[in-house]
Amino acid sequence: MKSAVIVFPGINRERDMARALRLASGQQPAMVWHAETSLPKGTDLVVVPGGFSYGDYLRCGAIAARAPVMDAVRDFAGDGGLVLGVCNGFQILCEAGLLPGALMRNAQLKFVCRDVHLRVERSDSPFTRGYNAGQVIRVPIAHGEGNYEADDDTLKRLEGEGRVLYRYCSKEGVVDAPSNINGAAHSIAGIVNERGNVLGMMPHPENHVEDIMGCTDGRGLFAGLAAHLERAA
Amino acid sequence: MKARVTVTLKTGILDPQGKAIEGALKSLGVDGVASVRQGKVFDIELSGSDKAKAEATLKAAADKLLANTVIENYRVEVLS
Repeated sequence: MKSAVIVFPGINRERDMARALRLASGQQPAMVWHAETSLPKGTDLVVVPGGFSYGDYLRCGAIAARAPVMDAVRDFAGDGGLVLGVCNGFQILCEAGLLPGALMRNAQLKFVCRDVHLRVERSDSPFTRGYNAGQVIRVPIAHGEGNYEADDDTLKRLEGEGRVLYRYCSKEGVVDAPSNINGAAHSIAGIVNERGNVLGMMPHPENHVEDIMGCTDGRGLFAGLAAHLERAA
Repeated sequence: MKARVTVTLKTGILDPQGKAIEGALKSLGVDGVASVRQGKVFDIELSGSDKAKAEATLKAAADKLLANTVIENYRVEVLS
């Protein structure tokens, strides 16, 4: 797995992400600065990590989405390359038009930093093959604007095409209003694009990958990606 | 030339900030407020004096960056 982590000014989760990728694959990811116009040769996974790119000015992710490196990321995704965006990375991918919809202010207007439960909706995606369909995992969230919104047609398409991969749920796996931590439409925590090669998610699986973190439920995502790319190679 | 771009949320898009402001106004005793939706205003200075060109520039600015047209509408005005 030759991964590249994109670094924007104001991003702060890039090292956590790099560590999780290295643990899963044994390979050190390349750190790619936002002003670059190309990705390292042979890259097979691009990760847009979390943080506060450009101080969240204008709209979360809006300025980063227009940085020079994003043209390379767009081309890479267009060629079918795997792209993962977490938290601010999800916001950036939506702003860049790589994923539909937008992430609005949390319904309760508060920044929320805590563990949540997610239901893995399917296991036949490169981003979920490390899990079983219906499995409940515990991962942290830390965001103020993670309330996923899209128009009704888009939501209908996302659901109809099985593009919601992760959904907020209770500990028992029930998707209900109290477990919908930020008020997201359909309790959406993570979606893929039409082709299934670009995932955006608000929670931070990279922060639950080692025993010292108190939970390793996030490992499956990275292990699944590593297994997928190993098989493809 | 002075210009203004106003960005507002599209109808039907949930606006929790607007709702909070609405609630605050009511609790302050400001009567007669039925609902509030919030947005952004950009005051922009433009070089040159061609009004049509200025409007085209503002539209490009709004489409490319100032507004997220998935969730927002915008209005451009050349003020002077």
